[in-house]
Amino acid sequence: MPTMPVVPPQPGPPGRPASPPPAPAPPRRTAFAEGVDQLRAAATTEPGRLRVIGAVLALLVVAFGAVTAWQTTERAGAADDVLHSSQPLSSDAADIYRSLADANTMAASGYLAGLQETRETRERYENDVRTAAAKLVTAAANSEPGSPSAATIAELNELLPEYKGLVETARANNREGFPVGGAYLRLANDTMQNKMLPKAEDLYKKENQRLREDYGDATLYPWAAIALGLLALAALAWAQHRNYRRTNRVLNHGMVAATAATTVVLLWLVVGHTVARAGLNDSYDHGVRSLNVLHDAQIASLKARSDENLTLVSRGAETKELKDGTVMDAYDWGYDQEIEALARTLTRAGALADDPAGKKPVQVANSSMKEWKLRHSTARKDNESGEYQKARDRVIGTSKEQSTSVCFDNVDTSLAAALRHETNEFRASAGDGLDAMSGLTVGSAALAVLGAAGATLGVGRRLSEYR
Amino acid sequence: MAARSDVSRLRGVARLRAGLKGWGGVGAMAALCALALAFVLLLPLTQSRGGGEPGLGGSGVAQGAPARAGQCSEGTAQDQSPAPSSASGDTIEAIRKRGHLSVGVDQNSYRWGYRNPNNPSVELEGFDIDLVHAIARNIFGDDYGADKIQFRAIPTNQRIPAIQSGRVDMVVRTMTITCDRLNQVSFSAPYFRTGQQVLAPKTSTIKGYDRTLAGKKICSAATSTAHDRLAADQQAGKIPATADISLTVPNQLDCLVRLQLGQVDAVVTDGALAASQAAQDPTVQLKGGTFTTEYYGVAMKQDATDLVRRVNRILEDYRGDGDWKASYDKWLSATLGKDSESATPPTAHYK
Repeated sequence: MPTMPVVPPQPGPPGRPASPPPAPAPPRRTAFAEGVDQLRAAATTEPGRLRVIGAVLALLVVAFGAVTAWQTTERAGAADDVLHSSQPLSSDAADIYRSLADANTMAASGYLAGLQETRETRERYENDVRTAAAKLVTAAANSEPGSPSAATIAELNELLPEYKGLVETARANNREGFPVGGAYLRLANDTMQNKMLPKAEDLYKKENQRLREDYGDATLYPWAAIALGLLALAALAWAQHRNYRRTNRVLNHGMVAATAATTVVLLWLVVGHTVARAGLNDSYDHGVRSLNVLHDAQIASLKARSDENLTLVSRGAETKELKDGTVMDAYDWGYDQEIEALARTLTRAGALADDPAGKKPVQVANSSMKEWKLRHSTARKDNESGEYQKARDRVIGTSKEQSTSVCFDNVDTSLAAALRHETNEFRASAGDGLDAMSGLTVGSAALAVLGAAGATLGVGRRLSEYR
Repeated sequence: MAARSDVSRLRGVARLRAGLKGWGGVGAMAALCALALAFVLLLPLTQSRGGGEPGLGGSGVAQGAPARAGQCSEGTAQDQSPAPSSASGDTIEAIRKRGHLSVGVDQNSYRWGYRNPNNPSVELEGFDIDLVHAIARNIFGDDYGADKIQFRAIPTNQRIPAIQSGRVDMVVRTMTITCDRLNQVSFSAPYFRTGQQVLAPKTSTIKGYDRTLAGKKICSAATSTAHDRLAADQQAGKIPATADISLTVPNQLDCLVRLQLGQVDAVVTDGALAASQAAQDPTVQLKGGTFTTEYYGVAMKQDATDLVRRVNRILEDYRGDGDWKASYDKWLSATLGKDSESATPPTAHYK
């Protein structure tokens, strides 16, 4: 039988030099370690243990109360900001945006009407400029110096007088009968649509962002407070269980009071916050989202209207080459874009409106928009076939059956009605949400102090038995 | 095995029961139950967001054909029109049958073709418009009336496409006769002589198209003859390299706006249009003479020879019987002058 090859001896691990580890010098003991030692020493006797338990219970309940008060204050503050600060500011930014677009539309309508410019158009234009200027001041006061919003507001403040100067020069030239007035109006429109409105939109989006952040802060669950509350309840339960095992006494009044107070605060916190959250979420879904879509619709309709007017003011002075190489009047193209945007936003607004009072104005706006489109295509055909006067009558005339201005007015007033309705919805829901949080901060703090006192008294009573 | 695990389970339950015995007086379980209940009851409320659309602010939300070499030279481009004739061909018959003459015009050129906003009928008026009326009057004869003309606002870059596509019968719109354009449309004999010219404030140090433009900002319309000429002349050193010619605008009239706003120091455009700008602002004037020679012609479709000949006939009469002069005096002499090179109609030479 062949023998298995012998495995050669494996090299062992290299021998370590045997040196005894240096004896460590006793480390300086920390205050914490000493405290723990003291506590450990105290815990060897029952009264000592009871003291520790009492202190921990009181601390837990007070901490729970404090965290609850702090977290609810933060959320109530954020909810208050939503209702009284960020939403109004967002609405102000929307007003600036709308006023500027409206001013531009009125300027174009007034220019096109020339001799027939109505007093209403003129006054509406002046009012829009005043509103925009006034709201810019409010917005400036509420923006942080050096922030992007502050820069945007400053730029808008510079552009507004520049814009107004161009419109007035256009008007003055038109009165002289000079076509250069039309060139001024086109420049004014360009300043508005390509410089000012994007900035106003930017401002509006930033304010909306702030609003959304406040919503986020207000509806965040107070997890720390809830966790602490549960912990405090568990500790109280354990302490009472321990008490029962040791003394066979079922109830310790102090600790029962502490448990009751903690439970009430915890329930109040959870219920109050959930109700508030529901109210705020409701105000967001049924208020803010609708408001945003309606604002967008309003801007689209205003832009479409100013483009419609400018087509007849510019009379082919500016063209736009499309991707497929066809050339269109720049303002006809602009109108087509905006009226499509209006149709899109109105569909969304219709889907978001959740009650008849909100749905109706959107439906009216939608049917007016369709009629407007129809009449506009007739006016455009007239203009393209050289029937300038007819086209102009269709655009700025007052005929109920033919004029696009009637349709635009209908869209505009119904959107304004829808906006009013949704603003009220928002205020009601957000107000309900804020009310659900009222008293929670003070209540939780007071009850937590009571609870802590109860726990201390309860333990103190047991402790007195050892004296 | 099964029996053993049953026993141990029973033992466990017994131990739990014993453990729970001491908790009886405590409201802890009740509190926890209440808490759980509260969560469950309020669950629907916590879910109220969701569905519908994703949040706010979601919408967030942009040539010319080469000239045929050899046949045409820019100096004689205006002499390529066929001889006048009053015969009517297919084109003229078609226009008569349709009942109106469709003409591409400018509606923003003061004194050439524009709508006077202070005229309640807002009819077009100007030198070009007078000529259109003369043409229509001849074509329709006794039937002539205001309804026989369809004026269409044609943007500058749409003049040739509008003729080629047949959207208009002719373009009477301060249109310069060039070899390039002759490849695409036919022109009548020239009806106006002009040239590129400088427009600047009366107080300006600019004297004309020369060295005085040094360091000045000059405005011209995008893709215009003026802009091409400025770029070429600056390259060739004919105007100072320090002159800033970078600003171009969609329409020549926009240059007057920039000039009035002080954003530019001078405008370069056709003398005729520069005069139209000067007529709208008494503080600006034409500086120096024209530095090019250009002729305006009536543009028509290339195969509409009968119409071209007819228009040439009409132009002969228009010049001859003093109508041309009357129109010039009415619209243009105030700014272009009584004895400038534009003040007399150009002499027609035919092919």
